[in-house]
Parts: sequence; C-alpha cells; structure tokens
Amino acid sequence: MAKVRVLVAKPGLDGHDRGAKVVARALRDAGFEVIYTGLRQTPEQIAEAALQEDVNVVAMSILSGAHPHLFPKVVNLIREKGMDDVLIIGGGVIPETDIPALKEAGIAEVFTPGTPTGDIVDFIKANVK
Amino acid sequence: MDIVEELLKGNRLALSRAITAIENEYDEAMDIMKKLYPHTGHAFVLGITGPPGAGKSTLTDKLARAYRAQGKTVGIIAIDPTSPFTGGAILGDRIRMNGLTMDEGVFIRSMGTRGSLGGLSHKTADAVKAMDAFGKDIIFVETVGVGQSEVDIVKAADTTMVVLIPGMGDDIQAIKAGILEIGDVFTINKADHDGADKLVREMNMMLDLDGLMTDWRPPIQKVIASQNEGITETIENIEKHFKYISENGILTKRRTERSKNEMLDVLHSNIGSYITNKLVETGKMDEYVEQIKARETDPYTVVSNVMKDMLK
Ligand SMILES: Nc1nc2c(ncn2[C@@H]2O[C@H](COP(=O)(O)OP(=O)(O)O)[C@@H](O)[C@H]2O)c(=O)[nH]1
Ligand SMILES: [Mg+2]
Repeated sequence: MAKVRVLVAKPGLDGHDRGAKVVARALRDAGFEVIYTGLRQTPEQIAEAALQEDVNVVAMSILSGAHPHLFPKVVNLIREKGMDDVLIIGGGVIPETDIPALKEAGIAEVFTPGTPTGDIVDFIKANVK
Repeated sequence: MDIVEELLKGNRLALSRAITAIENEYDEAMDIMKKLYPHTGHAFVLGITGPPGAGKSTLTDKLARAYRAQGKTVGIIAIDPTSPFTGGAILGDRIRMNGLTMDEGVFIRSMGTRGSLGGLSHKTADAVKAMDAFGKDIIFVETVGVGQSEVDIVKAADTTMVVLIPGMGDDIQAIKAGILEIGDVFTINKADHDGADKLVREMNMMLDLDGLMTDWRPPIQKVIASQNEGITETIENIEKHFKYISENGILTKRRTERSKNEMLDVLHSNIGSYITNKLVETGKMDEYVEQIKARETDPYTVVSNVMKDMLK
C-alpha cells in the first residue's frame, strides 16, 4: 500500500504561496500525500524535510527569480543525503531560456504559470520511482 | 543500506526508510521491527490530541523546544486525516515546526490516516518504536479529534494531553465523554481569546462530576502557544503526571497492557491473513461465499470448520 508522497515547498523570500497551495490541493485530489511546509524555506530545510518525510517527489515553486541558484542547490543537498530516486520538479515564473540549465542541474521538469495542474499530476505519475 | 544497522547507528535516512516500510506495510517491516524491538522501551511518549485548529502543532513546536533546551532529543509523529474520497492528504503540521527542521536532535514525520484506523494505531505504535530505538528521549504523537480512533492511537502514549480552545460551544458537550476518558492533562490553548476562563470552569465541573475519577486530578492549564505562554507550566503538568504514573504502578500496568495488545494485534493480523490467503489460494473463499449467500450455511459455521481444519 505505498502512496506517492510529495513535499511542496517554497524556497526563497517571495511573499505568497497561493500557487503552491493550488498545486498542493491538486496533488492531494490525485491521491498523493502532500507534505506542505509553507513559505520561506531554505534549501537546507527543504532537503532535510524531504529526508525526514521520505518523499518520492519534491515540488518547488519560486516567483522571485532566485531559481537559477536555489533549485540546483536543493537538488545537490538532496542527492548528498543519499536520496537518489527523489523526483525534483520546479515551477513559478521561470524564463524559457533558463529551463535547459535547470534540467541539466537535475530538475526533472519545469512548469511555468498557466500549466494545468493535471499536467503536473500526469508528469509525477509517469516519472515517480 | 541495512536499515536496522544504520538506524541504530543514528542514520536519519535509515529511520525515515524504516517508518516508510512500516507505513506501507512492506514485507521487510516485520523483520525490521523484530530487530528494533530489543532497543525500544526507553522513550517517554506524549500523545497530543484535540480538534483541528486548536493549536496542537504550534504547541508541539513550543514543547519540543523546551525539551531540547533541557538537552533531550525529540521525535514527532504528526497525523492528519486522509481524504476518504481521493485517498490523498495534505499534511500541514510541519508549517508550525519549521524552526525545528535544522535541529539534528529533532525528527519530524507526518502521516496520513490512510483508511483503516486499526491499521493506523498499529503503524503509529511501530513508528514510535522506530524513533525509540533510534534513541529519541521524548516522542510526541499529534492526532486530530477526540473520537475512538484517537483513543486507540493514544494507547501508544504514556501521557495524553488534550488541547481545547474557547468558543467551541456545544462541541465540548459532544466530546466530553471521550476527553474525560483519555485526558491526563488538559491544555486550554488560545487563552488570548474570550472564553478561556469559562472553559476552564466548565472543564472543572465536568471533572468534578466524573464518577470514575482516580487520585489523579487532570490539571487544566491555560496556554497561548503562539506566544510561548504557559509552556513551562504545561511541561510541569506533564512531568507531574509521569511521576504519578511511575510511582503508582500505572505506567507499568499501561506498558504491560500495551505489550499484550501488541502481541494480540500481531496475532490477529497474522492468523487472519494466513487463513484468508489459504482460502483464496484453494478457491474455497468463493465457494463459501456462494454457500453463505444462498443461505446453505452461515459465516459462523464456515469459520468454525475452517479453524478446525487449519489450526489443528
Ligand atoms: N490566537 C492564537 N492563535 C493560536 C494559538 N496557538 C496556535 N494558534 C494559531 O492557530 C492556528 C492553528 O494552529 P495549529 O498549530 O496548526 O493547530 P492544529 O490543527 O491543532 O495543529 C494557527 O494559525 C496558529 O498560529 C494561540 O495560543 N492563540
Ligand atoms: Mg496540526
């Protein structure tokens, strides 16, 4: 009776989490267990929470533009903890031109504003280990 | 990774994987529990229950900090309901405890209720044991509500704290039977709201009327968890209760009862699945069901016969 567990996190300093909450609810409605940690998480906190919760997926969202630095940092911290199978995805206000570098850094997929939440659910179902 | 060996060495990922095995009922979970069991029995287990939004997680955060300041290590199991419709859940307790995440002496695990409540209390008890074997001094178990399910879950606890808030109106009447039974200490949180004193009076009256009352009179403490007020007093109450149950043999009795329940739980589930599997494998299951449906026999006769056959 395994369940897909997803950590929904907001790294960085930007001030609201409406988008993250919408995603969290959509993931719950898809039958996932969503661990929601709220605003202003450091990459270290996100990685440690991912470890303690033994999640299959980490979904992050950033609106502030800090993604080129923060997303790869989280990936590295999670891998350093020995969690090789965790699927890490990102979303938020992210220019198309930044996406290849993020994928190179280990972000499995990047979802920009306006992506139907169903696409995120489908991506997780297809790629979770 | 050898989960047990690594867990006992203090590897947090191993602890996390052990709890996952327990939650998902992986085959290896039983073997893990067998090996961890000799290392358990050291932690103090505190159950925290109360209605949604009462401030249980906020309070857990503050209590955990206070225990950390005493140098004790802390484990937290925070349980939130799983949606019966989708099977999904939003587990939001960590939001109130973010300040503890980077403290290596604290380990927080969120769990969904996932259907069967009997299963949940069993899994919770095993997750507590995993944290106990890991070496945690104090383990908090936070659950929502005050119904039968929570009563079962708090059976894993040495001391149970019930958190109530002012302004619950008639709700308190509806839940009072349950809370009187399970509360060793009461916390009236959100004492910054109107009605806290009134609620304390009502609680006192209910305790006065409670015919089953023992020598232990559950203390009632007003708290403002969000402002860290009343935390020291709450810890004193918890410690007083622990001293009381230790000195009066109640702790020993509760732990004996718990050992018995653990054995019976494992017995029932193992024998139940053994017999069920046999019936399915041999095709007898469908046969019996058809006969029962046609009123050619009844479930009682079938089970008596099956037991005679299989448990010789
Ligand atoms: N006014 C007030 N709000 C509080 C107090 N303690 C917690 N809260 C708030 O109550 C809400 C629910 O708290 P939470 O700890 O998540 O409750 P739980 O559902 O019982 O775990 C949060 O917004 C808290 O900030 C308190 O003592 N006074
Ligand atoms: Mg809570």
